Amino acid sequence: MRAACAVLTAILIGAGGAHAVPSEGCGAPGYFMHGDSLLDQVRDVVAKTNALKIVVFGTASSTLGGSGGAADAYPARLEAAMRESLPGITVNVSVFARPRQPAEKMVKAFDKVIEEEKPSLAIWQTGTFDAIQGVNPREFLASLTEGVEKLKAAGVDVVLVNMQYNPRTEGVVAVEAYSESMRWVARERQVPLFDRLAIMRYWNEAGIINLHTATRDFAVAKRVHDCIGRALAALIIDAARLSGIGKKAPQ
Amino acid sequence: MKNWGLARRVNTLRGNRAGGEQAAGSAPASGAAVSADVIAGATRDKDTLRVRELAAPPVMASSRDLRLDLFRGIALWLIFVDHIPNNVVNWFTLRNYGFSDAAEVFIFISGYTAAFVYGRAMREQGFLVAGARILKRVWQLYVAHVFLFAIFMAQIAYFQTASNLENPIYAEEVRALDFMQRPDETIIQALLLAFKPSYMDILPLYIMLLLFFAPILWLLQKNATLALALSVLIYAGNWQFGWNLKSYPSGHWFFNPVAWQLLFVFGAWCALGGAERLARVLRSPVMISIAVAYLAFAFAIALTWHFPRFAYYVPSWLREWMYPIDKTNLDILRFSHFLALAAVTVYFLPLNWRGFGSPLFKPAILCGQHSLEIFCLGVFLSFAGHFVIVEFYGGYFMQVLVSLVGIAVMTGVAALISWYKSLERGSRTAKKTPAVDPAGGQA
Repeated sequence: MRAACAVLTAILIGAGGAHAVPSEGCGAPGYFMHGDSLLDQVRDVVAKTNALKIVVFGTASSTLGGSGGAADAYPARLEAAMRESLPGITVNVSVFARPRQPAEKMVKAFDKVIEEEKPSLAIWQTGTFDAIQGVNPREFLASLTEGVEKLKAAGVDVVLVNMQYNPRTEGVVAVEAYSESMRWVARERQVPLFDRLAIMRYWNEAGIINLHTATRDFAVAKRVHDCIGRALAALIIDAARLSGIGKKAPQ
Repeated sequence: MKNWGLARRVNTLRGNRAGGEQAAGSAPASGAAVSADVIAGATRDKDTLRVRELAAPPVMASSRDLRLDLFRGIALWLIFVDHIPNNVVNWFTLRNYGFSDAAEVFIFISGYTAAFVYGRAMREQGFLVAGARILKRVWQLYVAHVFLFAIFMAQIAYFQTASNLENPIYAEEVRALDFMQRPDETIIQALLLAFKPSYMDILPLYIMLLLFFAPILWLLQKNATLALALSVLIYAGNWQFGWNLKSYPSGHWFFNPVAWQLLFVFGAWCALGGAERLARVLRSPVMISIAVAYLAFAFAIALTWHFPRFAYYVPSWLREWMYPIDKTNLDILRFSHFLALAAVTVYFLPLNWRGFGSPLFKPAILCGQHSLEIFCLGVFLSFAGHFVIVEFYGGYFMQVLVSLVGIAVMTGVAALISWYKSLERGSRTAKKTPAVDPAGGQA
């Protein structure tokens, strides 16, 4: 169904003549980066200091095992992609990912990290564990809202990241209510949402990355995280209107 | 006696609908008292009919409302299709075009038929017998749920060991889904209905509603208005106090029985004469205009879910007031959407409509007549369909094919069940077995 929506949305947006983000990050179409929410704080800080401090709050899907470890996971790939796109800007990404954390618990850890790291942007990946545990969708929504407000009140811009797409567990974990909550909060609080669920689904359906392969091999996992990192960088640069800023900076 | 107003009206219409009844296959041509059965569908035993004809005064005779079977059958199909994730056919299901979905239809009709069948039993045989029959039904539903749970666990086990385990991308999902590591807790919590895997929460809701149905039914028969008022009060009390049952491993019931009981009791109230009382209101053009306008409004709002760009046309005060539309607690928007849908349906689809005889509707009617079996089969088929789509080929063609094959299998099995029942009926007549449970209580 979502594929049908995507196609229809694409047609609609195409007809509306809206801009589409160029295919960054393995060809995630622009309409997945929907929302007109801006990252003003990020823009101001980068313009003033030529530096950007990003923190990632997340669970196990914000990390990757294997020999490459953290360097292959999407936060590190995001850092690399941002540095590449914004020469002269110092971009640092720190990861605060702990497995098996519902949104409610993650929010409690925000204060300490904000105080210690003083980031300009927080990437908040959540939803998976809540969906598996069957947390009351209403409580999940409340935790999301609380978290986003807490970050905004501390002067930190936010990007929400939803679940991974997994063709196999789709039938046993109902993520719909949770992904809808995240879309809703993103729209109401004017926060960009990186729709990892829809984007990974698109990659799988368009044959860009085969997520069906049952493999021990890290090659596919690395590719997925690299693609997510790039797409996320594209979304941040677009939402903070940063494109071109690096070129003006002294090299 | 006033409770049988609906039945009386049905009787007057009987002349016109003989064709429809015959086409329904299992409905008797005699046009005598036939109960609309509860979820499992029918035991339209000719002996039962004869016994009841003798036992009940003629005015109590009633006819099967084929609309109930038809829409319950369609609801079962929609639930099946909706439970296959990533299925292009989902695009055609109710939930995309308004606030309510097949779950509302299913629970309302289940309440209606439960009251119809057990109400008769309670009047004729007393509270104890009717209560015992209801509990027997609860037990059948419980066994069906445990059976579905076993299938679910098999599916999880397959995913854990065969395919996903090795894939480093999904380390998080695999670890969190590892129910098998704590089989003691998982299985016991499932038996207690606290652990309900995704897409398996409608039967526990129905079990819970039926478990408390005997006293509710008693009150409905004593004082229908009071019973309905009490139900509304409990529903409204839930807004204030947030009553809900705990789930395992965390959270609460996805379908909150405290809220959804309203729909079930309302269905029961309609079956026991409420529908007749509402008939005049429902027939008024003003009412129908309001219902149609509300459906149009819900449709417009539903469009904004699919085309986020339209969402900006919805004023922010309306969004603030309206969202989130809470399925767990049967949001008033969902409830009223179902009411509007039902009102419009009843208005444009009269009881004696000839179309029911058309072979076009027969598959859905058949499925609706054996709804417990077909519901369980649907849950199983949605697992199987998803498996095929994921493991073999997942294109649009396959999604449509899987959906159509699933519906065909559901219809085929429903026909088979009817056939088995006709066989049993035959042997029972031969043995002169006394009347059996009209609630489809085939043990």
